[in-house]
Amino acid sequence: MEILISATIGILVAAGIYRLLGGTKVDIIVGLVLISQGANLIILASGGLKHNAPAILTDGTKNTDAMADPLPQALVLTAIVIGFGILAFMLTLLTRSSAK
Amino acid sequence: MNPELLILIALFTPLIGAIVALLLPTRPRAAAWTAIVASSITLAAGLALVQLSSDGSAHAIHAGNWKAPFGLVLVSDAFSAIMIAVSQLVILASLIFCAFTLPAHFHRRHIYPLILTLSMGTSGAFLTGDLFNLYVWFEVLLLSSFALMAMIRGEKGRAAAWRYVVINLVSSLLFLTAAGLIYGKTGTLNFAELRLRFAEAEASFLIDSSAALLFGAFGIKAALIPLAFWLPRSYPQLPPALSALFAGLLTKVGLYAFFRVFGMVFSNGTTFPHQDVLFIIAIITMVGGVLGAVAQGDMRRILSFHIISQVGYMALALAIFTPLALTAGIFYLGHHIIVKANLFLVTGLVERHVGSSDLGMVRGVARSSPLIALLFAVPALSLAGLPPLSGFFAKFALLNSSLSIHEWTAAAAIVLVGLLTVFSMLKIWRAVFWGEPAKSGPGPLKVLALTSGILSVITIAIGLAAGPLIDLAGQAANGLLNPEAYLDAVLHSQP
Repeated sequence: MEILISATIGILVAAGIYRLLGGTKVDIIVGLVLISQGANLIILASGGLKHNAPAILTDGTKNTDAMADPLPQALVLTAIVIGFGILAFMLTLLTRSSAK
Repeated sequence: MNPELLILIALFTPLIGAIVALLLPTRPRAAAWTAIVASSITLAAGLALVQLSSDGSAHAIHAGNWKAPFGLVLVSDAFSAIMIAVSQLVILASLIFCAFTLPAHFHRRHIYPLILTLSMGTSGAFLTGDLFNLYVWFEVLLLSSFALMAMIRGEKGRAAAWRYVVINLVSSLLFLTAAGLIYGKTGTLNFAELRLRFAEAEASFLIDSSAALLFGAFGIKAALIPLAFWLPRSYPQLPPALSALFAGLLTKVGLYAFFRVFGMVFSNGTTFPHQDVLFIIAIITMVGGVLGAVAQGDMRRILSFHIISQVGYMALALAIFTPLALTAGIFYLGHHIIVKANLFLVTGLVERHVGSSDLGMVRGVARSSPLIALLFAVPALSLAGLPPLSGFFAKFALLNSSLSIHEWTAAAAIVLVGLLTVFSMLKIWRAVFWGEPAKSGPGPLKVLALTSGILSVITIAIGLAAGPLIDLAGQAANGLLNPEAYLDAVLHSQP
């Protein structure tokens, strides 16, 4: 699982940088989106990957081994929202500059 | 007043002001007053925080009563408090200029709410005690600055805005990646907790790669060469009232992050990761920036290159990393924010007076408006480092610190770049202020001259009261090198 995620991050960032250097404004936006997805995956993977583990234990036990780290999930949520807002802003900037 | 309340006032007054100003879209004057009042209150809170932390104490709020290092903390120590007070002073001056000088289309587009959210972003960045939260505050102030940048009209303006947005997004992505990696390695993002982890020697190699990513992220924001060339291509396109805000504040928030994260969080009190690289880059930035400035032919562009050169000085102070050098660096930060913003504001006055800031097209301002000449001379001489103005003591302290550890290259660079700074200020003076006046409009509005004059008086006052202020900067520097009070406030005084 770790290898798969690492490879995905690598491909996303590499493809992102390739597009970023493409030159046109659309290239730059696509490139930045790809890299930001790679960054999001890094954060998600930073807490350690677990299969099918809940982020919050509800059964009263304190078995933290069976639990996924909730903090990276909260962080990645924040990062996704910010990235989405910025994407919207960049697209607005793009349409405005091509409209006039 | 209790420190927790002051921290909350410094953070939330701009937000409340932004919401009120947002409700007044058709009444720009009322929105401007709202912004000015909100910024004044924040300034007062900042000054009160400086007074509280001047003994070296730190005060923390644990958001939602979550225990550190699990919850978010907002911490105010001497360094944060100084930065909040100085930045609010500049925001206030810039708001007054915005109200009187900006073209009408800016007023129609919610400029005051945006400046206030930018102000909240800077306060948040100065106060936060958590790496990811620092990222979020950076985004808050960046998004506001993006929107302000996007208001510039014309082909050149749009290109400038686009460049600014893209380079800052790259920097944010580096920051985000570094934050993820650091969490993966250490399991925490809290500054105080991280400092304790990195104080253990064997953990240091863990941090080097993530620190390199953060170096890139903060290097872009602070405009260190070779990551600085976006700055002189975007800042000069802004109207002077806004470029004063950007020039005074935004790169300095990047430097603050350098000082806080590299100087305190990643350091063990004597060194920090990539210190040698920062030393070399700082000197290249100082020299490269000032050479760029010497080659320019427009006031705005010269001043923009000077931002880069001066950022180099402050980065050098961090790279030398002795108590004296850090004191000089923090004093320099405070002095530089005020002086640089004031220079851009005076450029605005020159442009209103004669219609341009191109050195080839303007002359004789000293005769047609001696007041503007005087308002320019004070910050320009201070930037160049002439006694008894604030810049002299900043440069002198830095020179002293590099001589005391026998860093001859650094000392030579400080003196040489100082000389070239005088040269390029003389270039502006000779072209713009001397000679027979060509054509001239009305003199400066009283309120604008007064605003810029107050900043000049503060520059002189910093020079005259350099002793106590250097002591204060020394407290802030000591808070970075030996952050016992900071760690104690965050980790031990639990709710």
